[in-house]
Amino acid sequence: MALFTLNINGKKQEVDVDPTTPMLWVLRDHLNLVGTKYGCGIAQCGACTIHLEGTATRACMLPVSAVGNQAITTIEGLSENGDHPVQKAWLEVDVPQCGYCQAGQIMTAAAFLEKNPNPTEEEIEMAMNGNICRCGTYLRIRKAVKMAANS
Amino acid sequence: MTLVKTKIGRRAFIRNTGLAGGGLVLGFNWLASCKMTPEQVSTLPKEWFNLNGFLKVGDNGLVTIMSPNPEIGQNVKTAMPMIIAEELDVAWKDVIVEQAPLNTDIFTRQLAGGSQSIRQGWESLRMAGATARHMLKEAAAKAWEVPFDEITTKEGQLMHEASGKSAGYGEMASAATAIEVPEEVELKDINTFSIIGTDKKNVDGPKIVTGQPLYGLDIQREGMLTAMIVHPPAFGMKYKSMNAESVKSMPGIKDVFHFEPYTDEVEKQWSDGGGIPELVAIVGNSTWECMQAKKALQVEWEEISKLESSAYHDEALAALMNKPTEQPARKDGDVEAAFKKAAKIVESTYTAPYLAHNTMEPMNFFAHVTPEKAELLGPIQTPEFLEKTLVSRLGMPAEKIDIMMTRMGGGFGRRLYGTFAVEAAVISQKMNAPVKLVYSREDDMTQGTYRPSYKIKYKAGLDEKGNLIAWHVRGAGTNDDLVWENRFPAGAVDNYLAEKHVLQTNVTTGAWRAPRSNFIAGAEQAFMDEVAEASGKDPIEFRLELFDRAINNPVGDPKQNDYDPERYAGVLKLVKEKSNWNGMDNGKSRGVSAYFCHDSYVAQVLDLEEGSGMPRVNKVWCAVDCGIVINPLSAKNQVEGGIVDGIGHSTYSAMTFTDGKPNQSNFDTYRLIRNTEAPKEVETFFVDNGIDPTGLGEPSLPPIVGALANALYKATGRRHYSQPFINDRPPLVG
Repeated sequence: MALFTLNINGKKQEVDVDPTTPMLWVLRDHLNLVGTKYGCGIAQCGACTIHLEGTATRACMLPVSAVGNQAITTIEGLSENGDHPVQKAWLEVDVPQCGYCQAGQIMTAAAFLEKNPNPTEEEIEMAMNGNICRCGTYLRIRKAVKMAANS
Repeated sequence: MTLVKTKIGRRAFIRNTGLAGGGLVLGFNWLASCKMTPEQVSTLPKEWFNLNGFLKVGDNGLVTIMSPNPEIGQNVKTAMPMIIAEELDVAWKDVIVEQAPLNTDIFTRQLAGGSQSIRQGWESLRMAGATARHMLKEAAAKAWEVPFDEITTKEGQLMHEASGKSAGYGEMASAATAIEVPEEVELKDINTFSIIGTDKKNVDGPKIVTGQPLYGLDIQREGMLTAMIVHPPAFGMKYKSMNAESVKSMPGIKDVFHFEPYTDEVEKQWSDGGGIPELVAIVGNSTWECMQAKKALQVEWEEISKLESSAYHDEALAALMNKPTEQPARKDGDVEAAFKKAAKIVESTYTAPYLAHNTMEPMNFFAHVTPEKAELLGPIQTPEFLEKTLVSRLGMPAEKIDIMMTRMGGGFGRRLYGTFAVEAAVISQKMNAPVKLVYSREDDMTQGTYRPSYKIKYKAGLDEKGNLIAWHVRGAGTNDDLVWENRFPAGAVDNYLAEKHVLQTNVTTGAWRAPRSNFIAGAEQAFMDEVAEASGKDPIEFRLELFDRAINNPVGDPKQNDYDPERYAGVLKLVKEKSNWNGMDNGKSRGVSAYFCHDSYVAQVLDLEEGSGMPRVNKVWCAVDCGIVINPLSAKNQVEGGIVDGIGHSTYSAMTFTDGKPNQSNFDTYRLIRNTEAPKEVETFFVDNGIDPTGLGEPSLPPIVGALANALYKATGRRHYSQPFINDRPPLVG
């Protein structure tokens, strides 16, 4: 066990955990930030996507010991009132079916649009290709990303 | 308007104050309630009045509607309350939705499966709303001393035109609770619907996009422990021994033990299918610590039955393709005689592998079992059956068992089999503590209850004019007999023979989205295309001729056939028109398909993009006849999802075995469709016919596999008989 001070959603958080613990489980089990989802544990599905210094990162393979002072943003901290353009577009398009993968999808989309505010359809598809949606909402995901880009 | 007796689920309409607060009773309101806007929160009523088990009206007119059925992403949590709100005649903005707990005294069929929630709930949900509206009207009639029939309602307002009196539902709610539950209620004319048939957004949407706790895996409770299981590594093996002591001392680990979720004495339900009798439990403080202990734990297993490989399944199924059955499932005319005189014969065999469900949220469940009571909370499609198993396994009466459903991160049939909830309960009982059982992705994918592996052989005979004169189908599945003998083209062919075999295996199988149909539709519709080609006719015209035959001069007793040929032909004609089938060059890239299942009819045209590499689906036109559509916005979402799901699994996915051991255990080896592989566009058209609603969660999936296979043939010049298509050799390139 070791003590870590983390910068999560603009707040300092202390955790005393095994240094190998992935951020996914630190967030979920120790900080009760359960919006970041467990899907595969091997960075294949994207359900656990968070922002590490603004870059979309898979929390399931990011050991807490590798985080240091880098700023982490989770879905809970993406916006104050759930009104980030990507979140608003997701609601407007009514993307979710089961909804489980959508926090990861939104985090991927938000980081992508930050770097590429005017993407082509192909760029949107490629950017979202690492996030699996088992319900198959891919068409609405693309539509929402495009809507957020235009807003 | 229609008068109906309030007989269905009548207990639900009798006021039940025990339900006050719904989820609040168990203190889980953070999971149960949803769709509360800030305005609603600031204007919450001082008092709620239960008018029946489905709804309560607040003194200020806000209405809480309980959604009785489990939510797996099929969006019943929005659609079911919409039906109640429609008949109650309340504004949708004034509705708060809560997930109902399991309560068999009030609700009927609290099950998510078979695309039946709306179909079977339709009447009782309408009645629940109409009964409450009736009681509110009667309360107003009494208060105002005017005739009941002169009172009208609109969006939560009661009005009496002659006297000019009016009141909100909230003002009459208290008095309405004293009104006798009517024997008979009036339902709205469907042409006057103002909520049903309009786009309503997912009631859980705001919580989903902000990452609020909604799912079983999100549950956190004071003093809660985390548990994981270790199951046999191969089908055909059972537990022998382990080195538990060395693992028990690992950080955060509370206990490691062998246990029997299913003892011999347990009275099993069908929902316990796939349940493994003996498992190992690892219980600890956190998921990661349990995962570490799981890695370190060494368990010895012993072989108890044949260790089957995929090659064995394939050979055994192939052998059945050449074996007549003793008793055909259906026989019209004489196929053998017809084949002898046929001008052309077409014969093909189609194959599909096992599939895992792979819900994005792995199996999990929360349980807190004490000698006094059992609390269970989590993602389950069959809570009613779970309760029965728990009564037997825990030795506790049903009254002491509370089961609540969380929103589910997907179901696809996997959560019909609540073995994980039984496991959680047994572990909690043993630990005497609240426990959340969590399956790793690998546990989830390798535990079984798979979509069976299938083979099906078709043989068709055509006369000189290209008319279909004989159809012979023989199908087999692992632990499943596959063929629906009374579905199309039964009834449309003079000589028809359907045979079905089952191959018993120890790889556990179960329902997977659109069971059997998910394979047979693709095979049948691909074969239909081959036959149409041999007949020299356009594939849509060829099918329509067969439907004409079933309409005008059906073979056998038409009641025997599962389908309505007019509705079947209807969707095909609609998709033909919408896709401009006749106006396009269909020779290059387009495939058509139509199928009936879950009482609904779907026809699709799929267009592939030309180019190099794996052909990409450019567009799908989809015509659906599922009767009245409750919520078009989410209905289209279901249709699109089913199409993506069908294309994905038939193209990319497979579960295979070597000596009983699954070869795939996570998404690095088990391929699921991704964003760049999904169709560029899907356009959905619903038939507007005013018929009571039928299934929608499943029917769009099965036919798309046929439409894809038929389009691939056009694009590549090769027929594809074996799923997943990506494994076809030589590789699928354009």
